[in-house]
Amino acid sequence: MKNRIAEAGLAGIHDKVIAGQRLDGKDALQLYRCTDILAVGYLANLVRERINGDRTYFIYNQHINYSNICTNLCSFCAFGRRKGDALAYEMSVDEVKEKVRARLDEPIVEIHMVGGIHPDLPFDYYLELLRGIKEVRPDVHIQAFTCVEIAHLAELYGRSAEQTLTALRQAGLGSLPGGGAEVFSPRIREKTCKDKLSGEDWLEVAKTAHRQGLYTNATMLYGHLETLEERVEHLLALRGAQDETGGFLAFIPLAFHPRNTALSALSGPTGIDDLKNIAVARLVLDNFPHIKAYWVMIGPKLAQLALSFGADDMDGTVKEEVITHMAGAETEQAIGSTTLIELIREAGRLPVERTTLYETIAEHGDAGHR
Amino acid sequence: MSCRDILAASAAGQRITDDEFLVVAEQAGLYDLAWCADAIRQRLHPDKVVSYVIDRNVNYTDICISACTFCAYFKAPESGDGMVLDRGELLAKIEETKKLGGTQILLQGGLHPDLPLGWYEDMVAAIKATGIHLHGFSPPEIVHFAELSGLSIGEVIGRLIAAGLDSIPGGGAEILSDRVRRRIAPRKCSADQWLEVMEEAHRQGLRTTATMMFGHIETMDERLEHLRRLRELQDRTGGFTAFIPWPFQPDHTALGRQQHYSTSGQAYLRMLALSRIYLDNIANIQASWVTQGPKIAQLSLFFGANDFGSTMIEENVVAAAGISFRLSEHEIRRLVDDAGFIPRQRYMDYRLVGERGGRL
Repeated sequence: MKNRIAEAGLAGIHDKVIAGQRLDGKDALQLYRCTDILAVGYLANLVRERINGDRTYFIYNQHINYSNICTNLCSFCAFGRRKGDALAYEMSVDEVKEKVRARLDEPIVEIHMVGGIHPDLPFDYYLELLRGIKEVRPDVHIQAFTCVEIAHLAELYGRSAEQTLTALRQAGLGSLPGGGAEVFSPRIREKTCKDKLSGEDWLEVAKTAHRQGLYTNATMLYGHLETLEERVEHLLALRGAQDETGGFLAFIPLAFHPRNTALSALSGPTGIDDLKNIAVARLVLDNFPHIKAYWVMIGPKLAQLALSFGADDMDGTVKEEVITHMAGAETEQAIGSTTLIELIREAGRLPVERTTLYETIAEHGDAGHR
Repeated sequence: MSCRDILAASAAGQRITDDEFLVVAEQAGLYDLAWCADAIRQRLHPDKVVSYVIDRNVNYTDICISACTFCAYFKAPESGDGMVLDRGELLAKIEETKKLGGTQILLQGGLHPDLPLGWYEDMVAAIKATGIHLHGFSPPEIVHFAELSGLSIGEVIGRLIAAGLDSIPGGGAEILSDRVRRRIAPRKCSADQWLEVMEEAHRQGLRTTATMMFGHIETMDERLEHLRRLRELQDRTGGFTAFIPWPFQPDHTALGRQQHYSTSGQAYLRMLALSRIYLDNIANIQASWVTQGPKIAQLSLFFGANDFGSTMIEENVVAAAGISFRLSEHEIRRLVDDAGFIPRQRYMDYRLVGERGGRL
């Protein structure tokens, strides 16, 4: 084993990992460039087991995308539509409430809700969405609105991000998902999403949320035009912000899906790239409690394998996933909690059903160790 | 010996025993297993080449009297729904394959109730006349031809070779245990007959592959029995070029309706690594992208596989069981290259295209 790590040129990083020392940007780049995915994964697995043991989290959640109308129209996205486009839609508050009501018989603990950058829905619409969901399902945790949506609403309605978040929180917002981070590099944002808020501003909104006691996630959309150096910069920026606030719950690497996007000539990341992003994130983001393998994006087979390459969370049961599937994802739109539990157990891990904030709802024991 | 000692000895080139296999299958951690399989792959294939073949799966008929419970492809003869491939269509498929850089045809079909041996000989001769390599007729088909014609297995193989057959694919092995076969494929040839066909083919100078379909009713002991019988035969003949394990795909099959079977990505990779470790005398192990998809198939190059199988310009049997991955040659090359290996097109016998001599 030590031989393999040394042959892969990772002996120095191995020593740092064993000693619990923080890795630097150079280390991160070397891990990305290493062709021995087993060596990189092994190191990430050491950290994963140190932080989370065998615990592997999942959540029973419901996804709602209230509207795909968007003024940003990023080139990596197949979801957003201009207002007036034949495929554009927006849900009324009643429609959203109906979606929540339709699944009241299921043990859903989280509503995950994001939408496009809509040009003119009134601020009250967003407040009513939150209140409406809470009215139908009072106990549910609402994780909604990326930093991009928050900054947009603040600008549109002349409030600060802080005021915007306070108002949304009073209406029922529980936490923020990590979307819209893409890759922070200004070069990449200029090329792919020039109308989106900057990386710095994204981090600023996240930190503002954290200071109010709102937890958030963080993401990185990889596998399009970004360089390895730009990925590393992104991870280091997230780590720096987390040092300041401690408000990030999980990091979720998002695999770019090219189909139906303006970048459809690209191939998208391979399985090795997917695992490497999870592993490097686990190794570099030493202050993030959780790394998520989002099965919707990389498929249940690879997400299961990722549990040995740094990930400790498989996200949720997810139904009606729209965003990735419009970009040609071939994965199922829903896998039941029984399947998730089986996949986690078979990987030799302990399935833990969680709340949004990672409180344990149930441990589904009998993990056969392998 | 402890599990780790067994794996260390195996990585160094020592053959593992049946008892050791079971210890490893039960106890080995994912990384220990992968590292051992990967060390063996590196020892057998130090050139970092990962090969693939450009071919097409042609099914001459889907009419089959076998009615295996794991199969979603066959049509029962009495249903009247089946087809027999027209000769003109067959030749057109071959021409198209050649145009795409293809070097071989994988020809298989159902166990048709009454086509005579002469019909197969004619088909083989027609294919041979195109100059393409003919990799055809899995052992259950050969046994079926022998039963229908009253000839011995050796005579049938001899006749097909005379007509132009180049090699035999390893399909229909399923699990080489008669308990399993009686339950999932009672009308298909026995384990002994499957092995007899391969031994006879090897003796008559044909190379063949071997497969295993796992992840249904079989036990780990029965998977071991399967591997043991292959390893024993290979010790006698050396005729197997490659081993190709894949998990049962349950959609639209009778077996899948009886019970929920699902082999995860990790379970597949473990079995692949175990195969690489146990079958020390079979040079090549194929990844099954057609059942696993491109992502897991790429990872399998670190779990013992050194071959990406075929581009499968056409594939019908797995597709009928609900799986529809497609990979172009370009995409296979990208996946191999991205994994740090050198992609090379090969022939059935693992000679590389554009190179003299063999590497087996």
